[in-house]
Amino acid sequence: MKSAVITFPGSNCDRDMDVALKKFGFNNKMVWHQDVELPKSDLVVLPGGFSYGDYLRCGSMASKSKIMQSVINFANSGGMVMGICNGFQILVESGLVPGVLLRNKYLEFICKNVYVKISNKDNSYFKNISNNILELHIAHNEGNYFCTKDQLKEIEDNAQIAINYCDREGKIEEPFNPNGSIKNIAGIFNKEKNVLGMMPHPERMIDPSLSGDDGSIFFKNLINNLK
Amino acid sequence: MKISVIITLKKDVLDPQGKVIHQALDGMGFNDVNEVRQGKYFEIDTKETNPKKAKDKVEEMCKKLLANLVIENYKIIDAQ
Repeated sequence: MKSAVITFPGSNCDRDMDVALKKFGFNNKMVWHQDVELPKSDLVVLPGGFSYGDYLRCGSMASKSKIMQSVINFANSGGMVMGICNGFQILVESGLVPGVLLRNKYLEFICKNVYVKISNKDNSYFKNISNNILELHIAHNEGNYFCTKDQLKEIEDNAQIAINYCDREGKIEEPFNPNGSIKNIAGIFNKEKNVLGMMPHPERMIDPSLSGDDGSIFFKNLINNLK
Repeated sequence: MKISVIITLKKDVLDPQGKVIHQALDGMGFNDVNEVRQGKYFEIDTKETNPKKAKDKVEEMCKKLLANLVIENYKIIDAQ
């Protein structure tokens, strides 16, 4: 399986993602933001970080960079595009997934492990995954998911919510909402479910001796789904 | 020609920074403030000399980059 990770100026999770993808069997290529064409890929990843120093709005400048037109075309033709953290912010700014990510409700940069519940397994990202709840890491200042009432209705009608913040048992309630996101949303799909944006970092949970192993569950399942 | 743009958050979007500024003002003794909303201000110096055309171009910039219309409104305040 072939994957590509886009590096923007200010990306800082691009190499972690490269390590994670390779560990679980992807043949990964790094792609520079000024490149025009994507290499042939089964999965394109927009990594976390602080692209363009978070100028204007997080992800807004990166969403207009040269490579993004190819990423948008790839996604519109059904290609799988996953945005993690800043990558999620780039996805909302480019219009590939609905909504926007605001400053965290309590104005804190949040860096901790959280539990998320998978809300929709009827897609290539989570199909056949053994767990319903994953422990993943978040590290962000702008992860407060927001959308208009009309958008929320559309998102719910189309089952576009991918994961929600929850407790260890999977209870999706306000005390387990780290950043003020509407409905504890931690990740969403586009309508067709080939584009996934999420704040948590699965690539940071691929080694039990360093952090945790739930990211491994995600990546192992993902590559099996793509085969 | 210089054109100025003000970007503000829409009414029902939470503005935690504005809230904290409000609290700080309150603590400083400015007790009659109802609400503070923080926004952005841009000055765009363009080669275009026709005010109407320049304004239209800036409006396009607002829609495509300067504002995110899900959460923000833009207002082109003057052309000179």
